[in-house]
Amino acid sequence: MAYSELIKNFDKIRDYMRDFYVYGFKSREQYNRKSTRSYDDEKRRLESWLNDCMYFRQTNDGKTVYISVDTRTTVHNPLYKAWKTASFTDGDITLFFIIFDILYDSSVSLTLSEVVEKIDNDYLSYFSEPKLFDSSTVRKKLREYETIGLIYSEKQGKTLYYKRAEEYNFKNIDVLDFYSEIAPCGVIGSFLSDRQNDKGDRFAFKHHYITQTIDSEILCSLFDSIHKKQEIEITKLNRKNSKIQKINIVPLCVFCSVQSGRQYIMAYRRTTRRIMSFRIDYILSVKPYKTAEDYDLLRSKLDGMMPYMWGVSTQGRGGRRETVEFTVTFDDDEQYIFNRLQREKRCGTVERIDNNNARFFAEVYDTNEMLTWIRSFICRITSLNFSNKEIEKQFKSDIEEMYRMYGVN
Amino acid sequence: MIFSEIYSAYYQAVSHILSEALKSPVSAEQIREISEKYAFSESALSIETAFREQRWQLILPNGTTPLKHIPNIPVTNLEKRWLKAISLDRRIKLFDCNFGLPDNIEPLFTENDFYIYDNYRDGDDFENEEYIRNFRLILSSIRERKPLDITIINKKQNNVSFTVMPDKLEYSEKDDKFRLLTSGCRTASVINLGKIVSCELHNGKFSVEKSCEHIGRKRTLTLELVDERNALERVMLHFSHFEKTAQQLDEKHYRLTIKYDQSDETEMLIRVLSFGQMVRVIEPQRFVNMIKNRLKRQKSCGL
Repeated sequence: MAYSELIKNFDKIRDYMRDFYVYGFKSREQYNRKSTRSYDDEKRRLESWLNDCMYFRQTNDGKTVYISVDTRTTVHNPLYKAWKTASFTDGDITLFFIIFDILYDSSVSLTLSEVVEKIDNDYLSYFSEPKLFDSSTVRKKLREYETIGLIYSEKQGKTLYYKRAEEYNFKNIDVLDFYSEIAPCGVIGSFLSDRQNDKGDRFAFKHHYITQTIDSEILCSLFDSIHKKQEIEITKLNRKNSKIQKINIVPLCVFCSVQSGRQYIMAYRRTTRRIMSFRIDYILSVKPYKTAEDYDLLRSKLDGMMPYMWGVSTQGRGGRRETVEFTVTFDDDEQYIFNRLQREKRCGTVERIDNNNARFFAEVYDTNEMLTWIRSFICRITSLNFSNKEIEKQFKSDIEEMYRMYGVN
Repeated sequence: MIFSEIYSAYYQAVSHILSEALKSPVSAEQIREISEKYAFSESALSIETAFREQRWQLILPNGTTPLKHIPNIPVTNLEKRWLKAISLDRRIKLFDCNFGLPDNIEPLFTENDFYIYDNYRDGDDFENEEYIRNFRLILSSIRERKPLDITIINKKQNNVSFTVMPDKLEYSEKDDKFRLLTSGCRTASVINLGKIVSCELHNGKFSVEKSCEHIGRKRTLTLELVDERNALERVMLHFSHFEKTAQQLDEKHYRLTIKYDQSDETEMLIRVLSFGQMVRVIEPQRFVNMIKNRLKRQKSCGL
């Protein structure tokens, strides 16, 4: 099939975008998912959409393609462009603009045959070789637009009339600009911004992870299932063995990290009888299965776990919790360290021992999740006491390894 | 469904082309120009050809259109549901806006459906009336390019006043805070909104010769990481929001070069330390020395 910069299926591009943006070190030969032609086509598409932030580098292994964006200086998420590349047929675009020109106002109400007649007589007849759209094609289109809320149909007697949806406009570009960058499924805000003449650039964003947008369709389906209190079947990729797996879960809440850019769905899995986290970027598809009768109970169970969750690790079968305690020291002019502990403590507690020392304590399901944060206090940790002695030993030996690595004797 | 042609850049471009054609006949060159502006680098040729070959029967050979109205597509249910969701957000009071959505629209998500588990807990008070007033005044002043007289509390708890030209409002989800980026006053190029005690329109003349560089001088940091305990994925994702390049050295080792703002150096130091021995700073030596100093101090803590 001839190359086109538009695509039918977003999944095709999802992995390439993530690889080019997050990793960006692989050469053409290392992309062995499909054919090299597939790689060439997807790379060309991404170049076409994201030419401002795509770069190339020649290495010994060949040419490396990567996406690099300083999200602090970029006004709008450039990856949103990928969501605006859905392919369509010649008939799709022709009918779309003509139908909404016919139903230009919500006071215009027409039957299917009237719409078809107008398409032929008032629009296509001007062309030397007019296209022919039969009633069933137009009916299908009208139904499609009705499903997504662009038009309404109403019966008068036995006849069905079509009219455009009630006029609704939201024109606050600042709201759209702000929330399209920080709200879940922000790309939808970007669609709304595209309709505005005023292009806002009054906001900037720091610590801004933009890669989640690639997973917006999955996230949207998960939100839908949460609202409907449904059990779903997800198809997911196991990154360790690259195998694709189908499992049933009851999705309860989306957990987001603003320090790593990761998103998880916290969900109950009946086969293991546990609430667990699943990375949303590893989910390939979501299929509704059935209503979960015990949904509210499961959600309460998750709420009950949250005071002991540092991140996304949950209660194991044994129900065991671990305690984490450490003390830090700071000088008289370093009181901001105490404030740092206070603002970053999450489910933990902070106690001031004296003017220059403070103690942190938490009871959590998984000490491992806290290690990166505790390491950020290196240079002032005066004592450590983990109930999980294996992890405490590992933590201390990791610090010893750092001393060796940097030649600190 | 999010991935749909009705939200596509091509439909956007065609909508603008049709609007032009309703005013006066459009030329092939105009079609290409509009396509380049609203779609992608390779779109112009595809769109112009589709019209010329009358595959898209919307523009006649003479550049006019049989359409009678400027294209105006209704807002979809998905868009309304997203708007409903943000209308319920805790920060929405900062904006002076009315959504006017029909009551029967279900929000796409609510605050009960998603949870940010690692943002800082000392974020700005978005409910505070004075904060809201300042935010709105700043936002309108950015829009209208009007200077502001701002008084803040500094680190020593003293009031300090500046006259500034507001440029942008910068938000950090991690800090859950807004900062005002300004021009015209070197000592106040970044102002925390939470520290503002007074904010008024400046009465009188104020000229800004050129816009300040809000982001300070860029510094480069080169790291080498070893892919153990899933470090490759964790490190790459963690630093993904910076301008960066990455290189694979061998089966387990990777080199990452990151550009960061020099004013964020301490934060970078902490972020690098948090990955422990999985990440080693290669250069600059100054940064290596800062890590060494921290490790030396840690060693003296007698852990």
